Amino acid sequence: MKDKNKKGDRPRYTVAVTGLNAIDSPGPGMAVIRAVREAKDYDVRIIGLSYEALEPGIYLHDWVDKTYQIPYPAAGSESLFARLEYINDIEKIDVLIPNFDAELHNFIRLGEKLRKIGIATFLPAMDQFEARDKVNLYAFGQKHGLLVPADRIIYKVEDLAGTAKDFGWPIVVKGKFYEAVVAQTLEQAQKAFHKLHAKWGLPIIVQQFISGSEMNIAVLGDGKGNTISAIPMRKLYITDKGKAWAGITVEDNALIDLAKKFITATKWRGGLEIEIMLSVDGKPYIMEVNPRFPAWIYLTAGAGQNQPAALVKMALGETVEPYTTYDVGKMFIRYAWDHIVNIEEFQKISAFGEL
Amino acid sequence: MKLKKNIATSESGFIFNPATGDSYSANPVGSDIILLMKDNKSIAEIKKNITSKYDVDDSQFDKDYDDLLAQLRDNNLLEH
Repeated sequence: MKDKNKKGDRPRYTVAVTGLNAIDSPGPGMAVIRAVREAKDYDVRIIGLSYEALEPGIYLHDWVDKTYQIPYPAAGSESLFARLEYINDIEKIDVLIPNFDAELHNFIRLGEKLRKIGIATFLPAMDQFEARDKVNLYAFGQKHGLLVPADRIIYKVEDLAGTAKDFGWPIVVKGKFYEAVVAQTLEQAQKAFHKLHAKWGLPIIVQQFISGSEMNIAVLGDGKGNTISAIPMRKLYITDKGKAWAGITVEDNALIDLAKKFITATKWRGGLEIEIMLSVDGKPYIMEVNPRFPAWIYLTAGAGQNQPAALVKMALGETVEPYTTYDVGKMFIRYAWDHIVNIEEFQKISAFGEL
Repeated sequence: MKLKKNIATSESGFIFNPATGDSYSANPVGSDIILLMKDNKSIAEIKKNITSKYDVDDSQFDKDYDDLLAQLRDNNLLEH
């Protein structure tokens, strides 16, 4: 364990976090920060990494000590590395936790280079990351004996009709990175195709619709096949974007076993979220695997398994024993908050890329 | 008929199914019956307790008890 920057008896780590967009479809960053700040055996200085000047976390100074803008993922990994080198020269980052699907590719590629300049990450290997991609998920499920709804990857809107004929209506039309639309008719499916194509590009994933109740599991793997934590949550209130605005931890050993099976099969390193549809006959179908902590990750800390805090320790080379218990029936209820900001702060982050 | 072991109940009539996250509210009579079921009381003991506490005759109790069981079964709160 590093002992630099010691404050009292506890070491103090500098942790950089992305995903500061605490909006109606929130990034996980603020929840990760909140959880890490509650770590029992270390203190943190939080460095926010933002993409846009209006990400709320930039201005929440009680939570984020300093924020730097970083280039969009499309700028490539070299551009990102150059920026991170500059930031690291000033801040001496110990651990970096990326929280967006679209940026992970670059951060995984940079893992070794970051390690050489003293920044630890705790991310899956590229092949693990690719295997659970929406595009490959069905084949992944077949290989490891996990239930995944049948899907088809399409590039042309004309392919919708044939796919729907095979699957039966309704079908689920999904964007490459985010968003899914349940379409009851060909017209709805075509509309969804064009919208998701414009927003996220191609391909579009068409998935068989499974009726049932939706469960999510936040999971942390140690990279050696061990599940350090798995917390199942049921959404109680869902926004029009399909995001949980309230949720509750549930007790379901079948879901935890599924998470463990996934981690054993992939030797997943880091946090992830498994989205499950429990069919009417009780079968757990994996709908999606998000390769990072979900926005509701603070619930894991509330329920007694602080996954982000454990991830920081593992990133720094410590061994963390798997958690064995958690509080069932622990709820989260999200809220929106109007934060008042002076224009000078907005000017600083906009003009200099730092605040 | 037995309530599932993990079902949480309170004296206020709040019922929580930890496997699904669903919660329910029972009226005072339903709440008493559920608490007695939770204590593994027999149907005869439950009937005796409820008919002595509330102004209800045996046949009305039987009907209400059957209704309650049907609701508990529909919501997957009973052992199979």
